Amino acid sequence: MGEQILNQVIWPVIYILCIAVPVILAVAMFVYWERKVIGWMHVRMGPNKVGPLGLLQAFADVVKLLVKEVILPTNANRFLYYLAPMLALVPAFAAWAVIPFNDKLVLSNANAGLLYLLAMTSLGVYGIILAGWASNSRYALLGAMRSAAQVISYELAMGLCLVCVLVLAGSLNLTDIVHAQAGHKGLFDWFWLPLLPVFVIYFISGVAETNRAPFDVAEGESEIVAGFHVEYSGSAFAIFFLAEYANMILVSFLASILFLGGWLSPFPETWGFIGHGSFLWLFVKAFVFAFMFLWFRATFPRYRYDQIMRLGWKVFIPIAIVWVLVAGCLKYYGLVVAGA
Amino acid sequence: MIDPNLFQLVCFYAFGIVTVGAALAVITLRNTVHAVLALVLTFFSTACIWMLAEAEFLAIALIVVYVGAVMVLFLFVVMMLDIDLERVREGFVKFLPVGLIVALVMLVEMLALIGVRAMHAQTMGANPATAADQSNTAWLGTALYTHYLLPFEIAALILTVGVVVAVALTLRHRRGAKYQSASEQVRVNPRDRIRVLKMEAVRPVEPQATEQPAQETKP
Repeated sequence: MGEQILNQVIWPVIYILCIAVPVILAVAMFVYWERKVIGWMHVRMGPNKVGPLGLLQAFADVVKLLVKEVILPTNANRFLYYLAPMLALVPAFAAWAVIPFNDKLVLSNANAGLLYLLAMTSLGVYGIILAGWASNSRYALLGAMRSAAQVISYELAMGLCLVCVLVLAGSLNLTDIVHAQAGHKGLFDWFWLPLLPVFVIYFISGVAETNRAPFDVAEGESEIVAGFHVEYSGSAFAIFFLAEYANMILVSFLASILFLGGWLSPFPETWGFIGHGSFLWLFVKAFVFAFMFLWFRATFPRYRYDQIMRLGWKVFIPIAIVWVLVAGCLKYYGLVVAGA
Repeated sequence: MIDPNLFQLVCFYAFGIVTVGAALAVITLRNTVHAVLALVLTFFSTACIWMLAEAEFLAIALIVVYVGAVMVLFLFVVMMLDIDLERVREGFVKFLPVGLIVALVMLVEMLALIGVRAMHAQTMGANPATAADQSNTAWLGTALYTHYLLPFEIAALILTVGVVVAVALTLRHRRGAKYQSASEQVRVNPRDRIRVLKMEAVRPVEPQATEQPAQETKP
């Protein structure tokens, strides 16, 4: 009995903490890195006062947010108002359960891993909608509406991209998808090459799905102040912040796993340490994508709302549908063979 | 030791109670947004029950399609409505007999179905996916696209017709409405709109100290 509890309860909880705590720390460092990078792009210094090189800035911000008062707006729906941040946070962290860090290192090697991810990312929108509605504020409601419409539109394009990947890999299991990209051509065996348009669509949809610039109309500061979380303060706001950044890092990891061969190395096996696949490669790839999120934010002006809808429905979805057929043909005629 | 079968049974009843409770909440809650959320919970716990029956694809598809998309649109609509709660309540007694008749017919139908099953003594076979040593999704895909191809295609066709009809019913072109054509905007050639003039650089004849010239020409 004791051993069973140890194996089925205690160890999984420790594994979960081994993923969740680094994700939270990564979010803290990512926020610091974002402010630093955007600072450099604006020819500023970025945070540089708290700790060496400003490294402790993110932690100072966390402490600041946690000691602030959480204010409940008048006539707000108390239960949903407090539930909404948690509904945003839980899917953002639950999705990490099926991410494979290398050949063996995965919390849950679920057969339907890709579907599970799709389910989790589609649940995140509830946090935003309920936050907007429960705040009893016009700006928050407008932000929630915009966000809901946008997330649903881009989820379709994202889903079609995942269909392409799963046609080529022949599996919904994320570990198998990475194995399907292995081969002696290294870099050119990964799915980004046969699925190039879909790869681009996937990442852009990922940016839109996380409500980041240039798709951040949900919190468009110039019109609706901060959108769905305008009424939130203190730790409730911090939770939304945490969920958004955890989602960004998740999208970066997913793009690397689905299209850039996950933990596989781009170099041949004979090159020694850098030729072998390891989780370090996955981190490097994910870091590149995470950096692109920041780069986009510093570079592009915000899309107009009708342009966002047009891009999602009239450009991305048709291309993705056509590419599902192309992927099917590639697979059928043996031009792309999984795992070779 | 915890008996796995017993644990599964306990889980089944727990999820069942949540499903029924949430379904009751859908029709009893006064606030429509709360009712929609209760419906979300109903779908979610139904998905959990399907997961117990090892139908993982259906379970997750239920969450992706209904919870992730359909209910979000529901919520979207309900939040926009300005519903007068009193008027919603009014109809309750009026529609109660009709509702009871529908419920009764459904109950009889279900009992009949269970009775027919019981008479044939038809038990559920072993899980075909496990028997074929395949994942649930792969087995479902193979079955749908081989044995049930025609019904599947017909269902797809009906859904497509439904989408086309829904769009056709609501599509209308207002006269005189102005909208942008993105392809036209992209096709614009700057040379058609901007004329670049080449002029000789000249010095102003008599520079005045009090008045600043509107366009400064550089020497």
